[in-house]
Amino acid sequence: MFDDFFIRALIAGLGIALVTGPLGCFVVWRRLSYFGDTLAHSALLGVTLAYSFELNIALSVFIISSLIALILIQLQKKTNLPGDALLGLLAHSSLAVGLVVIGFLTFIRFDIMGLLFGDILAVTTDDLLIIWTGGAVILLVLKLIWKPLFASTVNYELAEAEGLNPDRAKAIFTILMAAVIAISIKMVGLLLITGMLIIPAAMARNISDSPQKMVLFSIIGGLLSVLLGLFSSLEFNTSSGPSIIMAALVLFILSLINIKQSIKLKN
Amino acid sequence: MGSENSTLVKLNNAGFKQNDKWLVEGVSLTVKKGKIVTLIGPNGSGKSTTAKIALGIYKNIEGSVEKYTNKVGYVPQKISIDWTLPLRVYDFMLLTENIKDEAIDEALTLTGVIHLKNKNLGNLSGGEFQRVLIARAISKKPELLVLDEPVQGVDYTGEIALYELIKRISDTLNCGILLISHDLHTVMTATDHVVCLNGHVCCSGTPMDVAKNNEYKTLFGEQASQILSVYEHKHDHVHSDKGEIKKN
Repeated sequence: MFDDFFIRALIAGLGIALVTGPLGCFVVWRRLSYFGDTLAHSALLGVTLAYSFELNIALSVFIISSLIALILIQLQKKTNLPGDALLGLLAHSSLAVGLVVIGFLTFIRFDIMGLLFGDILAVTTDDLLIIWTGGAVILLVLKLIWKPLFASTVNYELAEAEGLNPDRAKAIFTILMAAVIAISIKMVGLLLITGMLIIPAAMARNISDSPQKMVLFSIIGGLLSVLLGLFSSLEFNTSSGPSIIMAALVLFILSLINIKQSIKLKN
Repeated sequence: MGSENSTLVKLNNAGFKQNDKWLVEGVSLTVKKGKIVTLIGPNGSGKSTTAKIALGIYKNIEGSVEKYTNKVGYVPQKISIDWTLPLRVYDFMLLTENIKDEAIDEALTLTGVIHLKNKNLGNLSGGEFQRVLIARAISKKPELLVLDEPVQGVDYTGEIALYELIKRISDTLNCGILLISHDLHTVMTATDHVVCLNGHVCCSGTPMDVAKNNEYKTLFGEQASQILSVYEHKHDHVHSDKGEIKKN
């Protein structure tokens, strides 16, 4: 019925959506969308290193993204520059370094479009294993740090005062962000990963009145976006990343209509 | 020693400096089980800072803090809840600990806001939110309660009822309470120990001791001193314009 590559892409995409759903909620709650962008931009450098040293792409991206996150934390401590300036500095310089390195690697043919916007043809069986085991580990760790992370998202001092160790939870969450980018880069592309994190979560916010519901709707929204996006990608021969993100956008717009109706009902 | 065992938190000559400015320094105090210690002092005198030192929120402090419990309930002075979070009162009650539904209902009933249980936190009035904050802190059945102006924005009758509740909780749970309050009546009736702050400890002791203290009178004025004195049934009218205050 479908080609193997498409089945692989579906399984990969659904796995990614399961992870980006809950993580995306925290990205929205903690206002980390630009932070996510920065990690994603640095992923290009990770990809080039993977090609240069014949490493696994996900592993190499994970290492570089974690490194960038560490550098960011150090810079925040040592300089007086505002957070967004530091994020911009790291995002664009790591992207630039990545592109320059690609220029040197003339012996490898790079599919830049695929890197930036995702490529469903690129998903291999190995990738599926990485996405699903990596995803399971990410979700498990997130479940373990949920309480301190959520409490400190609501109010840092309450969490700290009542003994939840929010700093440790925040550090672990940063690593989880790097990990989710690492497993989704092939599928969604590095320019659009943050969209996959934010848009379903934003859609879920519009129709939720509790954190648990928001996480649930965010996951469902992500899964639907992957299904809709991949089928239209196949149908219209478009890149997988933009197609998935557009599907997510459509769901977001639908959730806005839902809000308008409920406001009307109240009046 | 028995008295040592009942100590919940102890500050030894503690202080905290931010941007090279001392917010508070040289504070020593002990909160024990079943006792209420109240911090009083003018705005900017370091009351909230002292509470945060006791809670371990501030890390790089001078002096030391000994904390003997992890069961802590905290009502901060300022808290802003973000609109990006869909959060009901019920979710907020479970924020730092998984509490049984019965305990949640009981605490919300005690503070008079059980009817708001499924409301969004963002839709509450200031006073309602304050009641929810107190309910959350007591529902954990903590050993140490730190209440930073817990009844701000609460209506007058509610204020009295909530202070009575706090006193009752201290008795029934046998928990220690570190209270920050501007209400000198409350301070007099419910407190075991008063610490008067003004960047440093200007005086401390039983409410009666503090009321008689000249530094206290200079800091709060003669009228405040009389409020406290009412409880003593004799007026202490020694004017003390020369009362010394050590400034940072």
